[in-house]
Amino acid sequence: MAMKVISADHAVAYGAKLSRVEVVPAFPITPQTLIVELLAELINDGELDAHFMPVESEHSAMSAAIGASAAGARTFTATSSQGLALMHEMLYAVPQNRLPIVMANVNRSLGAASGIWVEYNDSMPERESGWLQVYIEDNQEALDMIIQAYRIAEDRNVMLPIMVCLDGFVLSHTVERVDLPDQNLVDSFLPKFRPLHVLDPDEPVTMNPIAPPEYAMEMRYQLDRAIEGAKSVINAVDHEYSSLTSRSYGGLIDSYHLEDAEIALLTLGTVTSTARAVVDYLRAKGKKAGLIKLRFIRPFPAEELKLFVRDLKALGVFDRSLSFNGYGPVFTEVRNALYQEGIPITNHIAGLGGRDVSFKEALEMFQVIEKNAGNEKGMVCYWHGLRGGS
Amino acid sequence: MQEKEIRTIKDLSREEFLTKGHGACPGCGVAVAVKNIARVLGKNTIIYVPASCLIVFTALYPSSAFKWPFLYTAFENTGAVISGIKAALERRGKQGVTVVGMAGDGGTFDIGLQALSGAAERNDDVLYVCLDNEAYMNTGIQRSGATPFGAWTTTSPVGKKIQGKREFKKDLDAIVAAHGVPYMATLSIAHPNDFVRKVQKAKITNGFRFLHVLCPCVPGWRSEASKTVAIARLAVETGMWTLYEIDHGVEKLTYKPRELVPVKEYLQLQGRFRHMGEDDIEKLQNWICEKWRNQFYEEVPVPPCKLEKVKKELILDEDPLHGP
Ligand SMILES: Cc1ncc(C[n+]2csc(CCOP(=O)(O)OP(=O)(O)O)c2C)c(N)n1
Ligand code: SF4
Repeated sequence: MAMKVISADHAVAYGAKLSRVEVVPAFPITPQTLIVELLAELINDGELDAHFMPVESEHSAMSAAIGASAAGARTFTATSSQGLALMHEMLYAVPQNRLPIVMANVNRSLGAASGIWVEYNDSMPERESGWLQVYIEDNQEALDMIIQAYRIAEDRNVMLPIMVCLDGFVLSHTVERVDLPDQNLVDSFLPKFRPLHVLDPDEPVTMNPIAPPEYAMEMRYQLDRAIEGAKSVINAVDHEYSSLTSRSYGGLIDSYHLEDAEIALLTLGTVTSTARAVVDYLRAKGKKAGLIKLRFIRPFPAEELKLFVRDLKALGVFDRSLSFNGYGPVFTEVRNALYQEGIPITNHIAGLGGRDVSFKEALEMFQVIEKNAGNEKGMVCYWHGLRGGS
Repeated sequence: MQEKEIRTIKDLSREEFLTKGHGACPGCGVAVAVKNIARVLGKNTIIYVPASCLIVFTALYPSSAFKWPFLYTAFENTGAVISGIKAALERRGKQGVTVVGMAGDGGTFDIGLQALSGAAERNDDVLYVCLDNEAYMNTGIQRSGATPFGAWTTTSPVGKKIQGKREFKKDLDAIVAAHGVPYMATLSIAHPNDFVRKVQKAKITNGFRFLHVLCPCVPGWRSEASKTVAIARLAVETGMWTLYEIDHGVEKLTYKPRELVPVKEYLQLQGRFRHMGEDDIEKLQNWICEKWRNQFYEEVPVPPCKLEKVKKELILDEDPLHGP
């Protein structure tokens, strides 16, 4: 085990190195650049035996990743914002072809108005693409999750791509102490990639022909079931990883002081850490506050969530992106899942365009949730930290 | 691996990798080109096909017309996907496999140019084939950067004010050549020996290789199925299509017409040019001579091309054979 003080971007790159990725098609975009720069360095220094492919666009990065994965190589790439949007067309080819590509997406707002700071409106729309999506809280989790992502993605019962999402700048460019597991340990946890189907002249297969209506619908159904089936693998992989490293992240979803909680906030990404501090503060004041940390939004842990909220009087849902003229996407997912649970749920929009979500704002969210307990007719969507007030 | 040299079509293997029963139109130049390229490339090949006629007529689930491993994903990414496939094969120590991408002119000249350029610039060890039927045929005959001057397409219609495409064909080969790729060549299905020799060279060369085949298209060119090869030959004889190669920087004309046949004879066989007046034909003829001069530093006398303006009104907007 080695200790390093590194940014989350570098943690991601070391995670890819420890996963022994073989092909890395890459294109730069802030705040993702540190990832591909470090990988290029590691490869050019001979510390990582992989093929670095400096492609001419993100569309080509995902296209080359598809080719590499289909031809049997463990493939990694990383992007952000406009780059993810440019990949949009290609993202859809990956799950349907059951290619276990792992990609880090450093969350950043998608123009306009342009900005390079954290917002989830780049990755949230890609929930519809069939990629699994996990959101990261700190640098250690970023590293550990890349390694776990390959185990999950390449599991024969899953064979799906995973997008590891991390907050731009808040994580990508902030250094923290990170444990780097031994290569031997990672090797024992993550076996060599065994593709399900591979492009090979000795055993020719046709991948992704045109599917007429007689067949396409069943293919979609199979993908839908495969995403659902990934849930148990995600939990099992978290369990096994924690037995090796003593670090458990809870798999699909985690909680903090939820056991006897009456009110709780559901968060994802770095705001989770701020919300933890608020929970501690409220607990010290005798309030029964708790926290639900959503890790995966695909697969969406609907059943687990139902168990988590069983004894709550009110729940709030944090969103760092917006479906314009509606609610935040996480809220929509959560309320769908909890439709019949009968607890009041409020939506808390904050931190858009990279605006800081302070302790004060997170506290305000809990205050709103508390006020809303037992009040099902109250306002549903609250904006926090808006200049001029909401 | 020692390759048997292919000098003429008699040296070709009889083994087919584009099998019978695919869904191309009768007389399709693309099918002829692909079938023969496949016979030269042989078994150790992986093919990527972007959105185009070729994907539609070879890979409609649950059947497949290729005996090669096959992948399709999108329209504009041929250069990138084949680079990725090759990178994986290299990682896995798989040697002697030709990774080929076969794209239409739209997928190459226009939307796919960026990915083509990227792969060429990186000199990735792949073979890129452009099957040039001079329009977007799969979506029902729309103009592309490869469509010749004057040609009718559904997006360069023969109107009362503007008739046919007003721009000349993009010189894609010059663009590819500017990347300094190890091997590139233009091919015609009417010159089979030249054809197979070039495919063979492309197969055994390392690095990025580019083959550009002119592929007459029956519904798109408004021609007769039985005339596909004759039209391809006339394209070469009139100078509309030039057969040459650049092998590690050495440029060579591989076929030279004794004298250029007037372009009119080429145009006459195709409904897509039937509306063209004398002025436009002369413009196209001058473009050919100019091109020839620029490319090969040779003066060519403008062939005699006295033409009557066709009075007959032409209606060319029937339902296209191929849907979008
Ligand atoms: C991004 C994108 N835009 C448009 C299309 C629709 N489309 C499919 S094939 C095609 C034309 C193909 O033309 P070409 O590359 O010349 O091949 P051909 O069909 O003529 O063989 C178009 C426009 C698409 N599939 N993807
Ligand atoms: S439309 Fe043209 S290119 Fe397409 S299959 Fe028919 S003849 Fe071939």
